[in-house]
Amino acid sequence: MRAYIPAYDLRVPGSLSEALALIGREPGVWQPFAGGTDLMVLLEAGKLPHKKFLSLTKLADFRGIECTADAVLLGALTTYTEIQAHPILQAEFPLLCTAARETGSIATQNRGTLGGNVVNASPAADSPPALLVYDADVELVSERGLRWLPYHGFHTGYKKMQIAPNELLRAIRLPRRAQQWKQYYRKVGTRKAQAISKVCFAGAARMENGTVRDIRVALGSVAPIVLRAVKTEAAIRGNRITPDNIAAAKGVLAREIAPIDDIRSTARYRLRVAQNLLQEFLMLLSR
Amino acid sequence: MSETVAKINIACIVNGARQRVQAYPMARLLDILREEMHLTGTKEGCGEGECGACAVLLNGAIVNSCLVPAIEADGSEIRTIEGVASGDQLSAVQSAFLECGGAQCGICTPGMVIAAMALLARHPHPGDAEIREGLAGNLCRCTGYQKIFASVVRACKTSGEKLAGTR
Repeated sequence: MRAYIPAYDLRVPGSLSEALALIGREPGVWQPFAGGTDLMVLLEAGKLPHKKFLSLTKLADFRGIECTADAVLLGALTTYTEIQAHPILQAEFPLLCTAARETGSIATQNRGTLGGNVVNASPAADSPPALLVYDADVELVSERGLRWLPYHGFHTGYKKMQIAPNELLRAIRLPRRAQQWKQYYRKVGTRKAQAISKVCFAGAARMENGTVRDIRVALGSVAPIVLRAVKTEAAIRGNRITPDNIAAAKGVLAREIAPIDDIRSTARYRLRVAQNLLQEFLMLLSR
Repeated sequence: MSETVAKINIACIVNGARQRVQAYPMARLLDILREEMHLTGTKEGCGEGECGACAVLLNGAIVNSCLVPAIEADGSEIRTIEGVASGDQLSAVQSAFLECGGAQCGICTPGMVIAAMALLARHPHPGDAEIREGLAGNLCRCTGYQKIFASVVRACKTSGEKLAGTR
């Protein structure tokens, strides 16, 4: 059943201090609203129990992409379209650009935001695996000030995360790496356009004379949160890519992920695909 | 009975004309266009951002109007299908859809035309893959897409229309 629209409030504070004062005064009452590409779907379906929202749309501090020598800082309201168009992101963070291009349609990419994708906390979100592989940090802001957290560990359980009710996620920081990393991203869905992932895989590794010196592996849709597969990484780090090592890593990955049966796929299919994607990534490293 | 919030004033420019309406803050732009402004060319298909039937240009960018809350339309410039032709003069995209049989039942057509315009604004000479990507957010259950694809190809050739201000 459709929602009763007059019951829903959406405030649009004109400044960050105004927004923080509102959620400081009534923590938990006002939930942030960014591009609306998830919340409006729930609203229409009558599945949005929360009634009071805080639109971030006028907060200039939440917009824009800034680049320094060491890092790229993306405002939480950066859209998927803006991500894809940015030359430094294209050159150095291609997995994030691919994730943005494969999320929804162009109409969705014009509205959907990176910060919204993080805080919506769907385990099937497509940009978080890339953020995990890139060692992203997130900036949280409240009336008390700013704090930075590593994105790895930010999600603590299904739709649970380390953000207090009086805080907003303002920005995401990606460190710019000096060395060359080989990078891989693949989303497996029902069809090519506009699919929600059955499995999504992001990987990056730094190779030295055929040995994996450092590695990151992250997957979506295989656990209650988007997962960085640290045990799988440890099984590969320091090794050469051999058939035995690939088989061993696939075994570790099988124990590290916890896929389920749901409307989009089955646990069995997800496990097999996750292992195959890991193999494809590792084969890429050996070339 | 749920608590009810107050309506807000929304001022925007739609197809070049100033519009002022009152709406609940979370009302969908789609409903405001159709029910308050009587611009019923924009259609509702799925109501969940999948089908593109409700696509409009919001400040030049294609969006699904079912996913845009009213309050975000305040101060914006919107173009709907009613603002695509100049009087009786169809746009290049509209003419191409007529010539190539790109429209059948017509429900998806307003969104398809808007998507094609947004595509041609980004890529005036799109390749096949770009056309497919540009239309991927718009579903059609009649044509099988080939004639829509052909319409966009034709529009690229005939397009002398003004695309400025769209992206």
